[in-house]
Amino acid sequence: MCKVLIPALLRSQTEGKAEVEAEGTTVGEVIRHLDVRFPGLAERLLQDQRLRPGLGVAVDGEISHRGLREPVRPTSEVIFIAAVSGG
Amino acid sequence: MPSLSASPDGSVAPALRVVGTRPVRPDGIDKVTGRALYGADITLPGLLTGRVLRSPLAHARIVRVDTSAARALPGLKAVVTAADLPPAPDRIEDLGEGAIDLRYLSDNLLAREKVLYHGHAIAAVAASTPEIAEQALALIRVEFEPLPPVMTASAAMKPDAPLLHAGLKTDRMGQRDAAPSNVASQLRHERGNLDDGFRRAAVVIDRRFRTETVHQGYIEPQASTAHVQADGQITIWTSTQGTFAVRSQVAEVLGLPVSRIKVVPTEIGGGFGGKISVYLEPLAVLLSRHAGFVPVRLVMSRTEVLTSTGPTSGSDLRIRIGADTSGKLVAMQAELYYEAGAYPGSPVGAAAVVSFAPYVCEAMRVDGYDVVVNRPRASAYRAPGGTNVAFAVESVIDELAESLDLDPIEMRLINAVREGDRRPDNLPLARIGYVECLQALRQSEHYRTPLTGRHRGRGVACGYWGNWGGQSSATAILNPDGSVSFNVASTDIGGSRASLAMQLAESLGIDYAQVKPRIGDTDSVSYNDVTGGSRTTFATGWAAYDLGQKLAAEMTARLAQRWEVAPESILRAGGGFASGDRRVDFAEASKLVCEDAPLMVSTTVHPKGYGAAFSVQCADVEVDPDTGKVTVLRYTIVQDAGKAVHPSYVEGQMQGGVAQGIGWALNEEYVYNEKGELLNGSLLDYRMPTACDLPMIDTIIVEVPNPGHPYGVRGVGEVNIIPPAGTLANAIHRATGVRLTALPMSPPRVLAALWEKSGYRP
Amino acid sequence: MTPRKKTVLEFTLNGEPRAVLCEPQQTLLAVLRDELHLTGTKEGCSNGNCGACNVLLDGVLVNSCLILALEVQGRGVLTVEGLARPDGTLHPLQQAFLDHAALQCGICTPGFLLSAKALLDENPTPTESQVRYWLAGNLCRCTGYDKIVRAVLDVARSQSAAHATPPPVSPA
Repeated sequence: MCKVLIPALLRSQTEGKAEVEAEGTTVGEVIRHLDVRFPGLAERLLQDQRLRPGLGVAVDGEISHRGLREPVRPTSEVIFIAAVSGG
Repeated sequence: MPSLSASPDGSVAPALRVVGTRPVRPDGIDKVTGRALYGADITLPGLLTGRVLRSPLAHARIVRVDTSAARALPGLKAVVTAADLPPAPDRIEDLGEGAIDLRYLSDNLLAREKVLYHGHAIAAVAASTPEIAEQALALIRVEFEPLPPVMTASAAMKPDAPLLHAGLKTDRMGQRDAAPSNVASQLRHERGNLDDGFRRAAVVIDRRFRTETVHQGYIEPQASTAHVQADGQITIWTSTQGTFAVRSQVAEVLGLPVSRIKVVPTEIGGGFGGKISVYLEPLAVLLSRHAGFVPVRLVMSRTEVLTSTGPTSGSDLRIRIGADTSGKLVAMQAELYYEAGAYPGSPVGAAAVVSFAPYVCEAMRVDGYDVVVNRPRASAYRAPGGTNVAFAVESVIDELAESLDLDPIEMRLINAVREGDRRPDNLPLARIGYVECLQALRQSEHYRTPLTGRHRGRGVACGYWGNWGGQSSATAILNPDGSVSFNVASTDIGGSRASLAMQLAESLGIDYAQVKPRIGDTDSVSYNDVTGGSRTTFATGWAAYDLGQKLAAEMTARLAQRWEVAPESILRAGGGFASGDRRVDFAEASKLVCEDAPLMVSTTVHPKGYGAAFSVQCADVEVDPDTGKVTVLRYTIVQDAGKAVHPSYVEGQMQGGVAQGIGWALNEEYVYNEKGELLNGSLLDYRMPTACDLPMIDTIIVEVPNPGHPYGVRGVGEVNIIPPAGTLANAIHRATGVRLTALPMSPPRVLAALWEKSGYRP
Repeated sequence: MTPRKKTVLEFTLNGEPRAVLCEPQQTLLAVLRDELHLTGTKEGCSNGNCGACNVLLDGVLVNSCLILALEVQGRGVLTVEGLARPDGTLHPLQQAFLDHAALQCGICTPGFLLSAKALLDENPTPTESQVRYWLAGNLCRCTGYDKIVRAVLDVARSQSAAHATPPPVSPA
């Protein structure tokens, strides 16, 4: 089971929990797994089978550029974050 | 075997021969002799001059655009309006600076139903002379139905505020409100229990701040030339931070395949984030096609640059922070309202991360709002969003330190984040050099020298920036004389040809002079992200390192074949190759290798581990009590560079970012009248710092190597602009006892604050 | 629209006599860039605020965007292209800008070089504040001016040292 940190505005979907556990070998699988437990969460995170525009994901402290395909290990920490770009 | 490799702990043990030196940049002579070609210097046979008609109104419905009189003008070759753009796709794509809604990008190029700011483009023309083009603009009749302008976040959020976009509904992380609004989105970072935290506080400071719109202020106005050939192939010569970003934006808004478009980068006269979004390129393409496949050049005037290209957001901010008696922060809260300009997309997301990133605190909440107003569409500006919020947070931290009688550096050390601590969005920090920066400032000659004199004060502030990695591609061609032709796609704004060539030379063990960097167009180098996000020396530097390793490996393999030895038996030293009693230097090896066949290697990298940047700054100011003018007497920047590849250009980034930050803090602002007309669209009235306004700016480069890069590099370009406004606000406070809560802290504002404090009424 | 009548402009450009046809409304900057294709002189603001178009007119520093081309009839203009020696050896200011990394994007550099030359021609031993005052008509957005001011001071120092003392036997 990996650890998933839930952004504040999505905690209404996770019974107020800021941190949940989930299964999956990729970020996409983790979201699918979570959506079973917290129906509607996937809809908040995804659009057209991708992470929503403006949303990013970090696995084990590194912001991913693979999005849903990013591998996740059982010990991983998955964080959904606002995507940020520089000038 | 290689002279250096990425070591897992990030320590850079072997001595570096090239990295860390200060050679003259490869493009230097062209730039001091006037031979370097920038955007407006491109000329082609038969070149037409383009001009853009811009809205005089800040907010209006376009009833009718009549171009018939203009079209009848002899010498006029083409007129285009929004009607000539393909329907805007309702899709969001990442085209260079984060997610862009293509509708908005397209609408910003040429207004469709409404103009949304003073300076919004409505039509473009091309003519054989500038005079004819200007005459044509005067002949275009636009009928408007004026609408009330909405100029600030606070005005835009009033319940009865006129709406800029009828269909815009606030997105709260995937959930949309029912009613339309000028608030495009809200985000929130939260951890711990804020109320509990504030209950534990011995001191709570709660302040509101305002910052004004400011511009990147690059000295070269936007300039683009396009030629559409009769077979549909398009070439665009443009001054840009990212050729591939231009290619994809043009392709999307014009509905063309990228294969039809070649983007050739000119030299770029500054960008700072402002030359990523396209303004002129698609118009030049349309005009060239409509003019009968003749090249068209569009160059902005300075007024157009100021009215119509991306400034960065003004903002309304509320910061509330509590500390216990020891100075430890127990609760931190921020509300950030960022003005996106006419279309959603302010840097409030980055601001929300920057906000409390330097501080450890268990209870934290940051709310960010992206608000549309009738100002030009905001675009990136050096650490986008960071300066605004840091001005506010650093002012409050200073006030807390003062009320607890703590030294401002000590206050920050007590609460400083270290490796493993988390940003407001919970992302943990990797190895960082923040504490080292604080300590370096405390030990600096500047900080240890007491400041004396009336009306003088010293301020300190810090800043965090996350940096970026992104994708970089490059190729290296080995020449038989031992030189290496090095093709990159990262446009060079501040000396990156040098810092990249140095890393390739280091990787190969050869001299810097043996590497010949060249910046290629989109057809000659693979995909490359923009020069931005402090990524080039880090990520394209990674590509340079990787190319060196690949080239050396291929040379080793070929020499092994030639010498009939195992490749593993070949050792490398000082750039040369040796096996048994055979030994060749790099040039000899190159000759041998190239005799067999030409050798070219290429690479694309997408490195993680880009490593965060911190800067800590200290300023001494003197405030003239009669005029309110703030003079910066002394300024010191401390910044963690990981490893300074070319220290002169690292210092230059630090000094340049701080100079921009000082301008932002003390003078720069967009001044609008009540009709939403920009009143200061010139460099006389938009007052950027001159040489007279600044002292020498001292730099202290801290090097805590970034484990994510073979030489320990972390991005250095952006973080330096984050602390200056807070640094100066804190210095002004210590000089005068007055705490300014609005930028810019220009003489009238400072004077008004001094008068208010003293009870003087003019 | 009928083209305006063109006039022959004869002047000395970077030491060489030149003749060019130009229209009465054309600025010196426009003629340098568009007619003579000397694009080293840059246009940053078109109203004399940024200094990117600075040239020397009979040795006097001017904004070429504020001078009509026909005003230079019979006079001498020096642009960045004329700073180096005819054999290509860089002017000491050009070399100092390279050595001090006094440019980043480089767009303001030609204007700064001409301003700095005008300063040192008039005052070979300026103080830092005199350098800053003289260069205040040139905007640079990249460097914060620190390295530019140092480069100019360095040239002033080495030139005045060269004048004050016999040349050293070996380079320092």
